[in-house]
Amino acid sequence: MTGTITISLHLNGEAVTATLPARMSLVDFLRETMGLTGAHVGCAHGVCGACTVRVDGAAVRGCLMLAAQADGATVDTIEGLTDTGAIADLQDAFHRHNAVQCGYCSPGMLITAADLLDRATLPDRAEIRDHISGNYCRCTGYQAIVDAISEVATARTKGAA
Amino acid sequence: MKTNAFAYVRADTVPDALRLYAEAGEDARYLAGGQSLMAALNFRLDEPSTLIDITRVAALRGIVADADAIRIGALTRHADVADSAVITAELPLIHAAIGHVAHPAIRNRGTFGGSVALADPAAEMPACVLALGGVMEIAGQDGTRHVPADAFFLGTYETALAPGELLTGVTIQRPAPGSRWGFAELARRAGDYAMAGLCLMIAPDRRDARVVFFSISDRPVRARAAEAAIIAGASVIEVAAVATDGIEVYGDLNAGIATKRHYASVLLRRELARLDQQEAAA
Ligand SMILES: Cc1cc2nc3c(=O)[nH]c(=O)nc-3n(C[C@H](O)[C@H](O)[C@H](O)COP(=O)(O)OP(=O)(O)OC[C@H]3O[C@@H](n4cnc5c(N)ncnc54)[C@H](O)[C@@H]3O)c2cc1C
Ligand code: FES
Ligand code: FES
Repeated sequence: MTGTITISLHLNGEAVTATLPARMSLVDFLRETMGLTGAHVGCAHGVCGACTVRVDGAAVRGCLMLAAQADGATVDTIEGLTDTGAIADLQDAFHRHNAVQCGYCSPGMLITAADLLDRATLPDRAEIRDHISGNYCRCTGYQAIVDAISEVATARTKGAA
Repeated sequence: MKTNAFAYVRADTVPDALRLYAEAGEDARYLAGGQSLMAALNFRLDEPSTLIDITRVAALRGIVADADAIRIGALTRHADVADSAVITAELPLIHAAIGHVAHPAIRNRGTFGGSVALADPAAEMPACVLALGGVMEIAGQDGTRHVPADAFFLGTYETALAPGELLTGVTIQRPAPGSRWGFAELARRAGDYAMAGLCLMIAPDRRDARVVFFSISDRPVRARAAEAAIIAGASVIEVAAVATDGIEVYGDLNAGIATKRHYASVLLRRELARLDQQEAAA
């Protein structure tokens, strides 16, 4: 048994193989090894949501998962979701509503919001607040964030109808 | 902070996991959803020699129902419990409670078995399992054994699991048709651990009752006095008055002992009143 492990994953649409310490968290791997610094580390114990990324399509805490556990997985970060344009409407709404100030929470907040918007039903404000309850924002007071998510949810539902 | 350096190994089957533990020794830990363990490691509250990743043990994931009982595999994620049609239909208490467990991203990885095995006194799933009279299925070097919920939760983060034993699933008998249930908790913020919580199961005609409080003691606790009062046909006010009789209540950062007792009594009164109204309307 050794303290290092070799993993292969699909990161933002590209096949990646890397050898890394077994104890390395997924978010540290993304930031330090892969140079993807969109996901942040705020608390390292699951409370703030700044490290939120997508693993196999589901939003997860990058600080509470080992990179070793992402072996064979599909991982998408804010960089990848930005490049594909999948959340361009959401990013635009955050910008227009001033839902981004320092930006520390924004990558995690966007991935969490995208997760809610991927569900079929139109969320009301209470549901939006409940869904983002695990993502801290120390700047905006949340109102603008809820406004932005709500607007995109409505627009997307209309578009689909 | 970062974790200590540890060895990382993966198990594909239950025997595999048990063998890896036997090889690694008592400083090894099973890694399930990691939603409590990784947080503890990041803060060096625990420094294991080896992590045995059990998340790929496919046999431990999923919910199956037969004529009498529902079995929830230990590695079933909170999010899958929330989405399960079987749970929604057969065990609505768990369906109501699961949305209060942490936040969506944590529910996407945290597991039912991890929550039960961890036995946080403020956690919802252990309280549900106790209220529903669930039976833990435990695999160890000497085979499989079964422990009822009443004998499983022993204290703060303390259960009947011996070192190296693996919780493989929880079996819950289908509640009798016409059973009534209640769930309520008080938390400062959606997804936070509760300041006080209640799980309630009442059999038809009040033949039986299980009243369980969580986050008021060192483990989920049955309120025996309240259960007896319900079965005896006492009024809502009378039952609420004895809510925490005989329970050793602990205070924490959120609330002192007197406040916890008060919260517990209020939760019970509200849920019983709601059930009475529901019955009157039916
Ligand atoms: C910010 C935050 C908020 C949270 N809020 C809540 C909440 O409100 N309510 C709540 O209930 N929980 C909450 N949690 C905890 C969450 O529900 C965890 O998922 C759960 O407690 C542990 O499950 P896990 O699968 O992640 O276990 P892990 O973290 O992997 O393991 C926990 C412990 O149990 C052991 N273990 C795990 N599975 C088994 C098994 N099958 N057999 C034997 N031992 C096992 C591990 O070795 C470890 O010691 C919160 C977590 C965070 C980070
Ligand atoms: S850094 Fe992961 S939740 Fe705060
Ligand atoms: S914009 Fe600063 S933390 Fe949210």
